[in-house]
Amino acid sequence: MSIHRTLPKVVIAIALISLVAASVAVSATRSTSAGRTLVLARTGDVDLLDPAVVTAFQSKQALELIYDGLVEFDRNLKVVPGLATKWAYSNGGKTLTFTLRKGVKFHDGSTFDSTDAQATLDRIRDPKTAATTASNLASIVSVDAPSPTVLRLSLSTPDASLPAALSDVSNSILSSADIAAGTVKTKPNGTGAFSFASWDQGSVLHLAANTKYWGGAPKVNGVDIRVVPDESSILAGLRAKQFDVGILSDPTVVRQVPKTLKLYQTPSLDYYEFAMNSTRGPFTKQKVRQAISCAIDRKQVVQSAAAGEGTVTGPFTSPTYKTAPFKGLPCTPPDLPMAKKLLAQAGYPNGFSVNTMVLTGEHAVMPNIAQNVQAQLQQIGISIKTEALDTNSFVSRWRAADFDSYITINGGTPDPHNMYFRYFSSGGSLNQVGKYHSDRLDGLFAKGLAETNVEKRGLVYDQISKTLLNVSPWAWLYKGYHDRVVQPTVKGYVPMPNGSLRSLRDVSLG
Amino acid sequence: VSTIYLLRRLGEALVTLLGVCVVVFVVLRVIPGDAITAHLGIYSAALSPEQLASLRAYYGLDQPVLTQFFSWLGHIFVGDLGTSQASGQPVTSLVAKAIPVTLQLATMALVIGVTLGVAIGVFAARGRDTARDSAGQAFGLLGLATPHFVLASAIVAVLSIQFGYFPSGAGYASLLDDPWLNFQQQIFPALTLGVSLAATIMRTTRSAYLEVAQQDFVRTARGKGLTERRVRWRHVLHNALIPIVTITGIQFGYLLGGTVIVESIFGLPGLGRLVLTAIQQREYAIVQSTVLLIAATFVLINLFVDFLYTRVDPRVRLT
Repeated sequence: MSIHRTLPKVVIAIALISLVAASVAVSATRSTSAGRTLVLARTGDVDLLDPAVVTAFQSKQALELIYDGLVEFDRNLKVVPGLATKWAYSNGGKTLTFTLRKGVKFHDGSTFDSTDAQATLDRIRDPKTAATTASNLASIVSVDAPSPTVLRLSLSTPDASLPAALSDVSNSILSSADIAAGTVKTKPNGTGAFSFASWDQGSVLHLAANTKYWGGAPKVNGVDIRVVPDESSILAGLRAKQFDVGILSDPTVVRQVPKTLKLYQTPSLDYYEFAMNSTRGPFTKQKVRQAISCAIDRKQVVQSAAAGEGTVTGPFTSPTYKTAPFKGLPCTPPDLPMAKKLLAQAGYPNGFSVNTMVLTGEHAVMPNIAQNVQAQLQQIGISIKTEALDTNSFVSRWRAADFDSYITINGGTPDPHNMYFRYFSSGGSLNQVGKYHSDRLDGLFAKGLAETNVEKRGLVYDQISKTLLNVSPWAWLYKGYHDRVVQPTVKGYVPMPNGSLRSLRDVSLG
Repeated sequence: VSTIYLLRRLGEALVTLLGVCVVVFVVLRVIPGDAITAHLGIYSAALSPEQLASLRAYYGLDQPVLTQFFSWLGHIFVGDLGTSQASGQPVTSLVAKAIPVTLQLATMALVIGVTLGVAIGVFAARGRDTARDSAGQAFGLLGLATPHFVLASAIVAVLSIQFGYFPSGAGYASLLDDPWLNFQQQIFPALTLGVSLAATIMRTTRSAYLEVAQQDFVRTARGKGLTERRVRWRHVLHNALIPIVTITGIQFGYLLGGTVIVESIFGLPGLGRLVLTAIQQREYAIVQSTVLLIAATFVLINLFVDFLYTRVDPRVRLT
């Protein structure tokens, strides 16, 4: 048989075999979306299913639809009832008692009560669970369930940040039976508005509406969270009306969103910073750190790095505790003469050179920020050598505090205590990375934690903000936006400053 | 084909694959970061020593590296590729879902690439140094010089902006579920890969065709009074096939690599995307097993191409 007869046959045979294999094996992965299932597209997938150990933002966003906390955040990040209908401090702030909602069922049909909440919190506090947010619950000494609808927390010290900490997805309430059976990591079973239906890893997560949801059944049949790694392709799918909601972050893609789609830009709690290692070289001097903070024109950073998509911020970013961007600094940036003067006073009239790690990877704007900061600091004689690192490489070095300085994005939290206590207090879990603490700050953090009155707390965190800007362990640059693109047919979508998608439970499709 | 030859080739293939195992295993562990930093990011720095120890045990990082290696290898021999730490699903089932998507994509790209490449190659060679040769050569250069991600992004942008069309958005459909949707989802990524493949094949075809066309037997064939068509296909192209088959075989291996980018842009849930996500999340079991699988395919295709030579050219003996 000659080749020009054989070759086409071989090619056709390979093709046929592959096509049959494809159709048989993939038939199970076909999307079940139909009718009124909302389709959401974003670049990344869920990475873990256990809320207690999840830290990746994209996982939290999804798990928040499946699980509920005792309390949760409203659109202004105020703590409001969740599985608990009310809560109160007693015993001089050392006891926190929650009254729990009645008649709530888990997705598997079992009834929720205080023993589930107790088992959940005990599990998080158990070091074996390795829950990264366990440190936010450090003030809890014991958890009791005196009746099915009452949960009592005994605290070592008054802790005003606890309700906010309990609103975090990490502290979502699990079923005590699942905890005992060890199925939490693989079989999500919550009380939330949507239940876990199926997951094609790396491709799509199917959630089904929980028609028995205590807050009222969702108006959509379910939510498909689809992974489309390329942001331009997400926009393409939105243009083609294949997706109802798209999550973007790259300013260059966001600028191409057509007027026919609704674009929500919500100031995020997360902020970009230039962090200095105050135990190394020139950065040991406060005046050097202040000089850097004085030199950088934040507006220029926002314009050149993020196409204007951001706002200048001080250390605290939540709407309730927002602080002034520069109060506490000996200047109002950009102030190059002052920056040069401070450098001269510190003994570096001609500047110096340092290394700067830059977190890249999924953060499109980071290299641009680094370039701009580099150019700006050059004006006062400081030369920074940048090293672009992906998350894994960055974190390995960061964890070991092996850096002169770094540029990164840092997650903000609704409650101010959790934002900086961990970095800048002597007992903070990340103080080995924050590299700065003082008695004054330790005292202020303790005061802020004990104060339950929001206005009085605000004044304490204002003091902390001024102190942080004065000692300038970091130069706070700006906070970006959460960019959500929504079809005009989607009604009732409410964007939230913490990026949460919880409002999908109230959304309807026109 | 002698049995000894076959055994030798299979032995070589096994040694190659073992080498791949070692390299993948070592590289994954030498690059900074591990499953803990990948999942927890900056929060991993806040873990207490007790928490860290518990996580290391969970991810199996507390085992000596050699133990990890041989345990993985041992499991592979019994068909167990490991378990995904994210979802708890066996890697075998993840890979089984992804392979058909990629195989279909690669096959369609191959069909497009070979058809276009050989046709344009012959077309250019027959009009040597004329305008159509230049046009063919220009196609070749353009196809080679355009990176996959540029062509893919351009196709996605034009289709969605001009026509409001993005078939991948509907969620992947297999051939059995919805053949028409499946075709729409696969054809554009296949074109992206097929065009650059065609460019390579076109250049090889053109030069091989020209070389053969000048040989004496071709003149003899014409002298015998054979039709031009028969001379071209039966004599010239047939004898130019060896380099074409070689380059196609090699390129098919690279196609599997090219799917990483194309699958990401077009949103296809194939092998490339599986391995990319797994690398980002330091899912050792998935990366190791998938890379091993791709390497095995590469080796098998090479073996297959060698056997194909004997069909193309009876003078070739595999001994």
